[in-house]
Amino acid sequence: MIMPTSPLPVSLTESAFALTLALLFLAPLAIAGVALINTGLGRSRSAAQALLGNLAILTVAVLAFAILGATLAGSQPGAIGAAGLTFNLAGQPWNWVGTAPFLLTGLATSPAQAQLAVLFEFLAVALAAMLPWGSGADRLRLTAGLFIAGIIAALVFPFTAHWIWGGGWLGQLGVNFGLGKGFLDPGGAATVHALGGLGALAVVWIAGPRRGKFPKEGLSTAMPGHNAVYVLFGALLALVGWLAWNGAGSILWLHAPLSSLPVTALNTLLTAAGALAATYTVTRIRFGKPDASLCVNGWLTGLVASSASAAVLNSAQSIVVGVIAGIVTPLLVELFELALSIDDPSGAITVHGAGGLWGLLAVGLFASQPGQLVAQLVGIATLLGLVLPLFYLLFALLNRWVPFRVDSDGERIGMDLHELGGGAYPEFVIHRDESYR
Amino acid sequence: MKYAGLLALPAGFFLTLAALILYPAPAPRAVFVVCGLLVEFVGLGVAVRGHMESRGGRL
Repeated sequence: MIMPTSPLPVSLTESAFALTLALLFLAPLAIAGVALINTGLGRSRSAAQALLGNLAILTVAVLAFAILGATLAGSQPGAIGAAGLTFNLAGQPWNWVGTAPFLLTGLATSPAQAQLAVLFEFLAVALAAMLPWGSGADRLRLTAGLFIAGIIAALVFPFTAHWIWGGGWLGQLGVNFGLGKGFLDPGGAATVHALGGLGALAVVWIAGPRRGKFPKEGLSTAMPGHNAVYVLFGALLALVGWLAWNGAGSILWLHAPLSSLPVTALNTLLTAAGALAATYTVTRIRFGKPDASLCVNGWLTGLVASSASAAVLNSAQSIVVGVIAGIVTPLLVELFELALSIDDPSGAITVHGAGGLWGLLAVGLFASQPGQLVAQLVGIATLLGLVLPLFYLLFALLNRWVPFRVDSDGERIGMDLHELGGGAYPEFVIHRDESYR
Repeated sequence: MKYAGLLALPAGFFLTLAALILYPAPAPRAVFVVCGLLVEFVGLGVAVRGHMESRGGRL
């Protein structure tokens, strides 16, 4: 039987409202940082298309979420008609989809908590939709990237957001099945990063590797990013966004007191620092010198893991989470490229996919509540077992209608000239493919 | 082969759901959830292997 339910509205004090709103104004710096990193890790002849793509994807994601996604996500607990559809199975309610008013109707008069939650989700969907674009760099057509963003924002993200943040069945695992506090994801490690990373994996599988990346003989061809400064500055910019993101998430989804925000911010920083220190050490030992792009990947993996853990774990545990993330990141990047033939220029599959899943698992491993680990495992199983195949199915269907991959000529001359008619650096000589060998 | 792997992923997911419904006791429920995750990892491994096998035709 399907019946409407809605989570209880929680009121915010005026100071909490103002602080959360200010944090949400800073959160887009994470989006800017990731966009800059993705652009810098791609090739110079595709830089303008990459950055324009990030902006256009953000636009499409926000519009698609406003038109359809926000209704399905249903995170307006105080608004009229905001509820979820629930079926009963084994004596327990399973809230599986939101039913918020269409086109954000009534949002202006809904409680402050609901308005902030919707704003948080809009920013989250924009970042999630951008992640596959970075992995498809240098061969993914802009039109395909926009449709991918539309699918993520309208059809996939809303369900996971509702299940975790909107009173859905994953968030209610604690109430309904006694599993700790239910699936915990205050900063979007699952809804944003793991979801975006798994979407990136599906895109890379369908689009295939860049031309010349995996020659028939020998090792894969190294195609380093074209601008290390973009990449490193993007990493610094992302830190500000992440501090804001994790703080806002802890207030909105964990109802944490304002007094806990300094520790949440500190844990975010410690996780990222631990990760960078570990990646720096691993790459120095492995290659003789620290690798800048891998260090940024490690730093970002730490930030991604902190999205799940910063508001939940203590500082010592946060360092451990970061160090493990930093050790695993360069090894996974190498494994994906050299052993598994997965061409992921931005490293989103490792950084956001694996990093997000690790953060979620760490929350369960370090949690003191009984059943929390099982709740986190159920959430991880949902992402891997439901979201990934759903992405692959939807993207494979989309690829038949809107081909993902640019033609070989476009890949040869670069995405900027092919898709935009002009390069990002018109006064500079662009390297040919042969220069990589 | 890739599709077989991708099909195993939801199978693992439904195992974890079944664990929630069928086993109220914590220990068997946890074991069943882990089994579901293992099925997913096997599926992921098969899908990745299928991707590697198809690599030759793409280059």
